[in-house]
Amino acid sequence: MKKISLIHLKENHKGKIAEISGGIGLQHRLMSMGLYVGKEITKLSYIGLRGPVVIKVGRSVLALGHGMAAKIIVETE
Amino acid sequence: MIKKIYLIGNPNVGKSVVFSRLTGVNVISSNYPGTTVEFIKGYLTLGDNKIEVVDLPGAYSLEPTSSAEKVAVSLLKELPKDEIAVINIIDSTNLERNLLLTLQLIEEGFPTIACLNMCDDAVHRGIHIDNEKLEEILKIPVVSTCAVTGVGIKLLIDRIKEAQPIVRNKLSHEERWKEIGRIIEQVQRLEHRHHRLLEMLEDASVRPLSGFAMAAAVIYISFKVVRFLSEFIIAKITDPFFYGVVRPFLESVAAGWHEKDFIFHLLIGDLVGGKIDFKQSLGLLTTAPYIEFGMVLPYLMSFYLVLSILEDIGYLPRLAILLDSMLHRLGLHGYAVIPVLLGFGCNVPGILSTRILESRRERFIASTIISIGVPCVPLQAMIVGLLGAFSGFYVSGVYLTLFVVILFLGTVLNRLLPGYSPELLLEIPPYRFPPLIVLTKKVYFRVKGFLFEAVPIVLAGVLVINILLYFKLFEAITAMFAPVVQGLFGLPKEAIVALAIGLLRKDVAVGMLAPLDLSAKQIFIAATLLAMSFPCVATFIVLWKELGVKELVKAVFVMVSVSVIVGTALNFVILR
Repeated sequence: MKKISLIHLKENHKGKIAEISGGIGLQHRLMSMGLYVGKEITKLSYIGLRGPVVIKVGRSVLALGHGMAAKIIVETE
Repeated sequence: MIKKIYLIGNPNVGKSVVFSRLTGVNVISSNYPGTTVEFIKGYLTLGDNKIEVVDLPGAYSLEPTSSAEKVAVSLLKELPKDEIAVINIIDSTNLERNLLLTLQLIEEGFPTIACLNMCDDAVHRGIHIDNEKLEEILKIPVVSTCAVTGVGIKLLIDRIKEAQPIVRNKLSHEERWKEIGRIIEQVQRLEHRHHRLLEMLEDASVRPLSGFAMAAAVIYISFKVVRFLSEFIIAKITDPFFYGVVRPFLESVAAGWHEKDFIFHLLIGDLVGGKIDFKQSLGLLTTAPYIEFGMVLPYLMSFYLVLSILEDIGYLPRLAILLDSMLHRLGLHGYAVIPVLLGFGCNVPGILSTRILESRRERFIASTIISIGVPCVPLQAMIVGLLGAFSGFYVSGVYLTLFVVILFLGTVLNRLLPGYSPELLLEIPPYRFPPLIVLTKKVYFRVKGFLFEAVPIVLAGVLVINILLYFKLFEAITAMFAPVVQGLFGLPKEAIVALAIGLLRKDVAVGMLAPLDLSAKQIFIAATLLAMSFPCVATFIVLWKELGVKELVKAVFVMVSVSVIVGTALNFVILR
């Protein structure tokens, strides 16, 4: 198990959110959309050129801006 | 006694569709989060009572994190809890995420009824929800609906009165998610399905390579379809009507009119070679209706048809993520693509929808960019009609110039304005296919709304121009601005009239250029200037309302300076 940011997680790989290293505001926003520490997510893609990361959480597909994705640390194999 | 009913739910679960079903009020709904940026009211007759129904902007949580959510929550607390009922609209295909808001509503003691919307879509995707079990756990009424087709709406209305406040322990967010996990296990059953073609397309559109290829194809096809449809309507319907029916009739009227007096000048305008020329006569019965119905309307219908299809399928959020990194350089994020696209139809709804962006800074940048660099369909239709007659090269030139201006302006504003551009956080909806009737209705209401607003202004505009021209009242203005327009832009001083009319309506303004006998280069410069300079009166009012006086002055200053610079540059750079 290693901890990496969402940016570095490989496409189509699963990860468990280990840490959201942003302020309370960001944690709150993500929490209300179902992203919180301990939740399992799948990375669908990274658009590249500092573009967004697309992930799947439960049944929703979310796009997170590059800066935001960098703050989400996941635990993966 | 229920006095008000509120519709609340996560973004993009179909609140507006349920609202239309309940009240009969037609509102624009699309397949992306944030279609409703302000609350909308309507009425529902329940027994003998007429009750107000309020459609709230989408919210993920009752602890607001965005301005739309703040609006929703503050409205919900306006009346005492025993005088309201809350219909919590839930996306059946995504029960888990939606239940957070449901639990919060119940904990806060709101009399709530849960409406599991899009139940047909859930079945297609192999999701089965046990309503009775859910009702037993939550202790509130649960009704399945499919608002697009109307299934379940009657039952929903019948059960509104059952909504009662329930006592439930207040939990923290973490505890709520755990609780939701337990509820889901009991009520939801997933049938294993193979990846359908649609899901493969959904995935492909958010991956870099396939995504950009699809985007290029979608944009290209959209352009082609809009052009083909509009030209088809013009060639087969509107032109035959205007030239085959309207013109012979008006010419017979004109022939019987012996003295060409003031009224003749107002209604028919000037005859070109003894004949009515719809593009040049400038009469209330000739050029005014031809501009709106013969040139603008075909493009407007085709544009809104294509835009509505893209909206309802759910393609636009996918375009937003592909363009995110480019838009960040302009101080915006990917979602700004939605106001920009709406702005291509008409700047007014475009600027209104900048409310889906979070900060004032973003809204200022987006509104300024839209009013300067995004030509509305009426303006585009006229440019294509007038400039396209010379060559498509010039038409592309206008778009290219505007695109460069947008990139440049956005970059500069992003550098100069204090603040930063927030990060994108967007839910990507699945593809959905709206029934044809829903699509037709949407296009119909948009086109109707446009006509009701545009036609009076167009008639007023043509009337004012005619009076001013007849009594030669333009002389003073033309004399004042002649040095700028002639010296810098290389346009004849008569073009000032057209540029001034641009304050009223851009399509009429371009129409005014037609009788001036300009060269292609001159029309190109005038059309570009009309697109960039001062917005039309409707856009101006919206900018004022949305930005406030101070920022409006700033925006206008930017517009005027950019137009002068670009107009001059085009005049001296383009040699022929």
